[in-house]
Amino acid sequence: MTEIRKKGVSRRTVLASGLAGAGLLAMPAILRAQERSLKVGVYGGYFKDSFDKNIFPEFTKASGIAVESVAEPTGEAWLVQLEQAARAGQAPADLSMMSQVAMLKGQATDLWAPLDLSKMPNSANLLDRFVSKYPDGRVAGIGAVAWYITLVTNTQVYPEAPESWAALWDPANKDRLGLLALVSNSFLLEVTAKTFMGGTDALDTEEGQLKAFEKLAEVKPNVRLWYRDEAQFEQALKSGEIPMGQYYHDVTGLAAADGHPVRSTFPKEGGILDSGSWALSRASQKAEEAHVFIDYMSQPAIQALMSRKVGTAPTVKRELLDLTDEEFAAVASDIEPIIPRYDLYQTKSDWLNQKWTEMIAG
Amino acid sequence: MRREPPRRIADYAPLAFPAAMLVLFFVIPFSTMIAVSFFRRQQGGFYTPDFVLDNYGRFLSAFFGGVLGFSLMLAIMVAVICVAIAFPFTYLLTKSSRRVQIVWLVCLLSILSLSEVIIGFAWSTLFSRTAGITNLLVAVGLMAEPQALLPGFGAVLTAMTYQAMPYTILVLYPALVRLDPTLLEAARTLGASPLRGFFDIIVPALRNTIMATLIMVFVFALGSYLLPQILGRPQHWTLSVHITDQAIYQSNMPFAAAMAVFLVLISLALVGLTLLVGSRREVT
Repeated sequence: MTEIRKKGVSRRTVLASGLAGAGLLAMPAILRAQERSLKVGVYGGYFKDSFDKNIFPEFTKASGIAVESVAEPTGEAWLVQLEQAARAGQAPADLSMMSQVAMLKGQATDLWAPLDLSKMPNSANLLDRFVSKYPDGRVAGIGAVAWYITLVTNTQVYPEAPESWAALWDPANKDRLGLLALVSNSFLLEVTAKTFMGGTDALDTEEGQLKAFEKLAEVKPNVRLWYRDEAQFEQALKSGEIPMGQYYHDVTGLAAADGHPVRSTFPKEGGILDSGSWALSRASQKAEEAHVFIDYMSQPAIQALMSRKVGTAPTVKRELLDLTDEEFAAVASDIEPIIPRYDLYQTKSDWLNQKWTEMIAG
Repeated sequence: MRREPPRRIADYAPLAFPAAMLVLFFVIPFSTMIAVSFFRRQQGGFYTPDFVLDNYGRFLSAFFGGVLGFSLMLAIMVAVICVAIAFPFTYLLTKSSRRVQIVWLVCLLSILSLSEVIIGFAWSTLFSRTAGITNLLVAVGLMAEPQALLPGFGAVLTAMTYQAMPYTILVLYPALVRLDPTLLEAARTLGASPLRGFFDIIVPALRNTIMATLIMVFVFALGSYLLPQILGRPQHWTLSVHITDQAIYQSNMPFAAAMAVFLVLISLALVGLTLLVGSRREVT
């Protein structure tokens, strides 16, 4: 004790060196935090599991950027969370896979940070319709994957696959259908227009929209479940409780591959083609990593990998892909798809929503 | 120990913490909601601060009136059924041995640990055609073939009653345990049957408790939004379901806030009315 005092080491010095020592010990944690990482939102469930298993590890190997995947709820629920968080300067995920209606709504509030195509040379591989742009030309999102919503059936209840969306209207299917509960994710107005009114152009006018609603109302007695939550319908479809409905082609394929008695059919009017885009929250600090990620995901080889492993349709040009015709047919179809009228869900969303709610709940 | 009435400001100090919590977690969020309900909706976007009445205007329609009426009716039915079942049950429970009481209360408490999602999916399996309880009835020979009991009003009502039952029992339990047993003994000595004693002595003695329990279950059931969605058809969706739709799926916060404010006001008015009627009766 006296020794220490002689050397003039005060209690303060001991404390200070102790703090410095603790700081040194903590250094590895700080260094680790500086490693490059990216939080990526993808739809929870089968989808996220397949990405976690097959896609993200490959990307980390190739780029050295760690991916932390975030399970996001379908469509607009996630949009609201992202928007509220961005207002507070937070980003629950840097990049998110967003459906097209959500992309447009996010654009309305400048939620998406503009992307720089020159930093992503592979984006040139994409089909034009998969590059989302702000009205002033800034790039808001890059097509990640495309998917089809098709007519699905339980193979035990329906030994024969239905051929047309008109099966939804068939009185024989009373109380047997499961349909999506929202106007903006079921796209049933477009299905009605394509099946009975000669095409989605019929929805250009309010008169046409009302007519489609009227025709669609005839489906109501057949509908057992209007679902918001995919798990709700998927379970019932597998068990045969609700043996027919609209559902995602990719997930149905995965379920069928697992041995469940389900099938997905492209009706002769076409499946509904929707797509998810990678969009960067304006609150994100990881723009650099996000560009690397999107560029990686836009490679034809990765798009082909996703088609094989996740079951999604590619967003890059068909001729660049090494998918065999059979592999391509498993995720897509040559039948002209029904393209949703995204414009309507922006310009008339409240009116359509009100009419829709009154139709199904009235 | 006699409690002194507070004299100085410092004597109110213990109140500061709960008051601060109440402001932080109730007054501020609720005020924000009221403010948002007057904001202007940006179609296809979010909202901008403003003062408009459109959101309330949109709510005042026959459609939403019907939804509100249904939600209130459902909540009242759940409250009445819960109390009608739970009151005699809890009374009998308090008369049983300590051991039996503990087992029952532990079981009831464990129901509280289940989330609404689990309750919803469990009942949807129980009511299903492929795996539900009707299969048991078929096996016993009571039914010709299994049937689906959902979606439907009965399924919604059953699951909501199931969910609210433990709360009801736990609220009634303390009052029934403390009930003076001599009241009933006196009635029995004077020749009343057990049933008459129960309805003429015990029920009136606990009128206030029953009223409070009814109100609590009513408010609890009014907020339910998952069970009507999982187990009901669209016409059984409560106002809470529509609020969620607007807030989460349509990103229409102002309209969702307006509906929520309306729901709170209506339920407060109903609770107030009930209390008013109750106190009147007490006076006469």
